[in-house]
Amino acid sequence: MFKQYQQMLKKEKRYVRLYQLIILLVFFGGWELLSRFGWIDRLIFSSPTHVWRTLVEKVSDGTLTLHVGVTLMETIIGFVAGTLLGTLIAVVLWWSSMLSKILDPYLVILNAMPKVALGPILIVALGPGYFSIVAMGALISIIITTIVVYTAFKGVDPNYSKVLQTFGATRWQIFREVILPASFPTIISTLKVNVGLSWVGVIVGEFLVASKGLGYLIIYGFQVFNFNLVLMSLLIIAFFATIMYQVVELIEKAIIKNNG
Amino acid sequence: MEFLKVENIHHSYFSKTQAKEVLRDINLDIRKGEFVSFIGPSGCGKTTLLSIIAGLFPSTEGKVYIDGEEISTHNQSLIGYMLQQDYLFPWKTIEENVTIGLKIMERSNKTHKVTANALLQEIGLPHVGNNYPRELSGGMRQRVALARTLAVDPKILLLDEPFSALDYQSKLKLEDLVVETLKAYQKTAILVTHDIGEAIAMSERVFLFSANPGTLHKVFDIPSELQELSPFDVRQHPMYSDIFQIIWKELESLG
Repeated sequence: MFKQYQQMLKKEKRYVRLYQLIILLVFFGGWELLSRFGWIDRLIFSSPTHVWRTLVEKVSDGTLTLHVGVTLMETIIGFVAGTLLGTLIAVVLWWSSMLSKILDPYLVILNAMPKVALGPILIVALGPGYFSIVAMGALISIIITTIVVYTAFKGVDPNYSKVLQTFGATRWQIFREVILPASFPTIISTLKVNVGLSWVGVIVGEFLVASKGLGYLIIYGFQVFNFNLVLMSLLIIAFFATIMYQVVELIEKAIIKNNG
Repeated sequence: MEFLKVENIHHSYFSKTQAKEVLRDINLDIRKGEFVSFIGPSGCGKTTLLSIIAGLFPSTEGKVYIDGEEISTHNQSLIGYMLQQDYLFPWKTIEENVTIGLKIMERSNKTHKVTANALLQEIGLPHVGNNYPRELSGGMRQRVALARTLAVDPKILLLDEPFSALDYQSKLKLEDLVVETLKAYQKTAILVTHDIGEAIAMSERVFLFSANPGTLHKVFDIPSELQELSPFDVRQHPMYSDIFQIIWKELESLG
């Protein structure tokens, strides 16, 4: 019986994989055909073969590695900085309930505001370069991280803290031994959200100022009406964003293995 | 000579709209090595009194002395506190859970493992040090919580309904284990409970509180022949139901 059940599971998994593959093939195959037969405008929507040719060309002349490298770097730094700073602010708010009461309405305002609208100001303040792009990638995720992590800190069952208080623990010890580890699952789940957000921040930042990076390639391709380039950049972004997400998920599994 | 002295404790909770008096004029003495119980209707301030004795927050008025030393939030005496649930940290192993108190107090690291192993042996769970709390049953987890409390060698143990979340069988077993262990270590202990039977079975004296505001209503001495017995055997003793009736009637009269 159990063997049968296992086989059923295996079978189901195979079917899921099969249909996923079919969707992928239909998407690219359909795209190619539609574009070949001229049912969609080849100039605007390009075609997989053209995108592939552009990719090969850009890889072989070495420019693509540079653009991908720049964007990846900016995104990773922005992502890490945004998460760390957001968590740090959450710690400060947890530490001082007075400060958290004072800052509460400002957090709401900052959270509601679309951060990419700050782009021009960032560029003027920090100069048109990597720094303002990274700042954008970080800024977009700081406030939401602060709010979510702070809520998690406050949601930890106070009886866990009470246990340590009876041992005469300091506030810092309570934070390190109880509040932080108990909030790890929440912090990790904000990481997943922040991966996506940082990509948004960095790409918009590159739209505005960059002379390198995938966001720049998209804008450049748009300006010279080379949509092969635009679509290639999009696919590369999708690819690397997925990989980053998977990496975060692996970290999640490793960290909260025993938190259940 | 009294070991724990509670002197003229008054306590009120303040909220935005009202001040509620929860404890009024509490005076009591407990001898070294004695096991006493606090019982009473809900809202009689038992848990509040326990927290004040623990030094978790200051009382509005009055003083608590343990071993002649005044307790305050700045000068917590070494107390061990057990809660309704075990509150073991799920991300720590059993051994780390048992030694967390020692870690907080920054006692030397070498002795931790030895202490943990000895205590786990004592509570009958010698091989679980490397397991995580979720792998243990409720009764086992509460036993580990007892070991965690004893690890810091507290002067007095405060037990806040530690058996209330357990099934009946685990509860009876754990009662025996707690009494036996505390006797072996000659610890002074206060048990807060709703269960009259548990109070009779485990303690030497039972303090009955009345509610609104909480005052000490009456103290019952449990006969010394019952004190000699384990909690399980006390429940079988012919005198048990008589004492139960006396306390029950008194509790009923409080309304």
